[in-house]
Amino acid sequence: MDMNQYLSMFIDESNDHLQSLNESMMGLEANPEDLSIVQVIFRSAHTLKGMAATMGFEDLASLTHQMENVLDLVRNNKLKMQDFIFDTLFKSLDALESMVENITAGGEGKADVSEIVASLQAIVRGEVPSASGAAPAASAAAPATETSMALDEFQFSVLEQSIQEGHQVMYVDVSIRKDCQLKAVRAYMVFDLLERSGEVVKSFPSVQDIEQEKFDYGFSLYYITQKAAPEIQAMILNLSEIENVTAVALDQESLRQLGQDTAAAETAATAAPAESAPATAAPAATANVSAAREEGARTAPVKTGGAPSRTIRVDIERLDVLMNLFSELLIDRVRLEQLASEVQNGDLTETVEHMGRVSGDLQNIVMKLRMVPVDTVFNRFPRMVRDLAKSLDKKVDLIVTGAETELDRTVIDEIGDPLVHLLRNAVDHGIESIADRVAAGKSETGTVHLRAFHSGNHVFIEIEEDGTGIYPQKVLKSAIKKGILTEEQAAGMSDDEAYQMLFAPGFSTAEVISDVSGRGVGLDVVKSKISSLGGNVTIYSTPGKGTNFSVQLPLTLSIIAAMLIRLGSEKYAIPLSSIVETGIVQQSKIRTIHGNRMVEFRNTHIPLVSLSKLFSVADFDESTEEETEIVVVRKGERLVAMAVQDFIGQNEIVIKNLGKYLPEIQGISGATILGDGQVALIIDPNAFIK
Amino acid sequence: MAEEIKVIVFKLGTEEYGIEVEKVQTIERMMPITRVPKTYAFIKGVINLRGVVIPVIDLRGRFGIEEAEYTDQTRIIIVSVNEIEAGFIVDSANDVIDLDRDSIDTPPDVVGGIRAKYLDGVAKIGDDRLLIMLNLSEVLNKSEIVQLESLEG
Repeated sequence: MDMNQYLSMFIDESNDHLQSLNESMMGLEANPEDLSIVQVIFRSAHTLKGMAATMGFEDLASLTHQMENVLDLVRNNKLKMQDFIFDTLFKSLDALESMVENITAGGEGKADVSEIVASLQAIVRGEVPSASGAAPAASAAAPATETSMALDEFQFSVLEQSIQEGHQVMYVDVSIRKDCQLKAVRAYMVFDLLERSGEVVKSFPSVQDIEQEKFDYGFSLYYITQKAAPEIQAMILNLSEIENVTAVALDQESLRQLGQDTAAAETAATAAPAESAPATAAPAATANVSAAREEGARTAPVKTGGAPSRTIRVDIERLDVLMNLFSELLIDRVRLEQLASEVQNGDLTETVEHMGRVSGDLQNIVMKLRMVPVDTVFNRFPRMVRDLAKSLDKKVDLIVTGAETELDRTVIDEIGDPLVHLLRNAVDHGIESIADRVAAGKSETGTVHLRAFHSGNHVFIEIEEDGTGIYPQKVLKSAIKKGILTEEQAAGMSDDEAYQMLFAPGFSTAEVISDVSGRGVGLDVVKSKISSLGGNVTIYSTPGKGTNFSVQLPLTLSIIAAMLIRLGSEKYAIPLSSIVETGIVQQSKIRTIHGNRMVEFRNTHIPLVSLSKLFSVADFDESTEEETEIVVVRKGERLVAMAVQDFIGQNEIVIKNLGKYLPEIQGISGATILGDGQVALIIDPNAFIK
Repeated sequence: MAEEIKVIVFKLGTEEYGIEVEKVQTIERMMPITRVPKTYAFIKGVINLRGVVIPVIDLRGRFGIEEAEYTDQTRIIIVSVNEIEAGFIVDSANDVIDLDRDSIDTPPDVVGGIRAKYLDGVAKIGDDRLLIMLNLSEVLNKSEIVQLESLEG
């Protein structure tokens, strides 16, 4: 069979699984006793293995298989998660990632993973690389437990505890009709259904046996829920091809009876349950687990194990085509509106108005299709920060909020690298070493907040840490030393201006260039990248308390609201987002200060630039006018007034680029097509403000 | 038998020029052009070609020939080379001919005032027609096109 047609699907899904594995693993690291996370990890790994094997990527399949062996011991409580196990598993994930990358690039997904496999196998054998605490209890517990109804002591105590806490614990027996074609799928559906309203503690045969169709037409399981037994019974019976269901609610007594058959076999097993049983009662006792992580860990199983999401994957190019077609429609709409207002026919006007509303809604939908949650960028950061903190020997908590905030795909694609850089910066330069933190009276663990939120037509992404903070004087000194500033220039600088120096090319505050930073990319690159997206970075810092890098980004890059203006026979568009105000000034009110023309605006004087002169407009010159219309635009805190001839009005415009032939033209950021089919240039107000 | 190519023929003044047909997207009549400030005089501006914004170049201006008034005959030839799209304003364009690649000779140093690097060669058609084949990637060479002056506030 030709597998090529499935390849892209395989790659997409593998990436999804790897991402979820990474996330769950992080969750587990924060919450090592939560076996439900192990289940999620196990299943993801299992699916990945199956997919890889089907596609013939043997190396990938065999590595996942080794991981599975380790995870299997963990979830059956025969192995306790420890630091070195996490490290090995994370290493395995990295290896898997690079294999999938290799496959994506057209390779075979081959890699030498013998070392990782060896350490995974060592873990399974119960070997500990160094003398790091008690040996894991990798006992060869009776394989008989797989087939009998046995509950081990741990599962038993979980069930017992649940009964005490007032949950419904039941024993469910399901049989599937003999003529069922895909019994494993049916079984999966039962599990899926059950897990939406409770938790399956143990099943017979085991989940992976069921997945591999290693069962007859029935299986049974222990289940904790809030619902009553008849309700569960009815729920399962609702699935097709289910022959029979019995759900028996258990009390402590009947539970004990059921469990007893095997209790004897289990007593000799391990010492581990004794340790982990009380831990489940207070799962989040570890002190440095942040609230967000805890939450993340708990929701993770729901996310991956829950209802399948009702989405389809769409080729990005098709979306772009849709967008282009839509922008054509938008142009026609504006044209129609103009015609209708000229013709003055009631029916026509009404129809055009209706069309306007429909296309407005359509525009919203099309825009939304292109919106992607920032999560797609954020999701790789927890892992990155973890590794980074480890390699720098620091303790860092990353708290992510607002990951559901949506941004245009074009922005999402570009924003990853700058954010990686800022985060690295925060962990490397911002957060102090543990000793320094303690000396400064702070907690050992530094906190980095990564937030995204909407505000007006913008999305803000903030990276805030509670580290050393930035000392403006230090920044200035360093800038002088590097020859970026002269002493005189530095003397007059405000703190904010000093912070801006961090973005100057060739600047780095790190006194020691570590392996993390000093990759030859400075904050100046971050700044220019963000500027090229139409965004902005601002720094707020309190020396000694921490720093906040705030990145402001436009919601979308393709359709914006703009003010259309006239200069003689030419029309230009100015993005509404940068306009502060429009107004009229008397020629007599224009002053000349140091040869620059200034106008008064809200009690200060701001420069007045002549667009007609800058653009050499042939048929308009505002200096002959008594009164001049001005548009006040803003870049950061600076304001500039631009003299124009007329305001035409506000319009939604579709941004088009000027093509590859034209050189970059200062002051022009693109073009748009107006209702009459004419091209109008879009003014980039930033270019006028220095 | 040498390879035959199809060539779009257009005129600038009295000279006849040729562009291989694969590089031509379409030929349009004159249409409104939006001036783009701060560029070379021969870049007339941009047009809206069915929703795509395309810069147009006056080929006379590009080759340093005196520019002429636009007439009914004036055409814009939209070409696409190395992902660069542009329109050439020419005096007229009304012919497509088949050309034997072998009949194209290396150009003399100067033809009608055009520097040789813009030319691929000269083809002789019939007895007295000379067709000047354009080297489009040179004509659209961006390295020559830089912003003339930066904005001065």
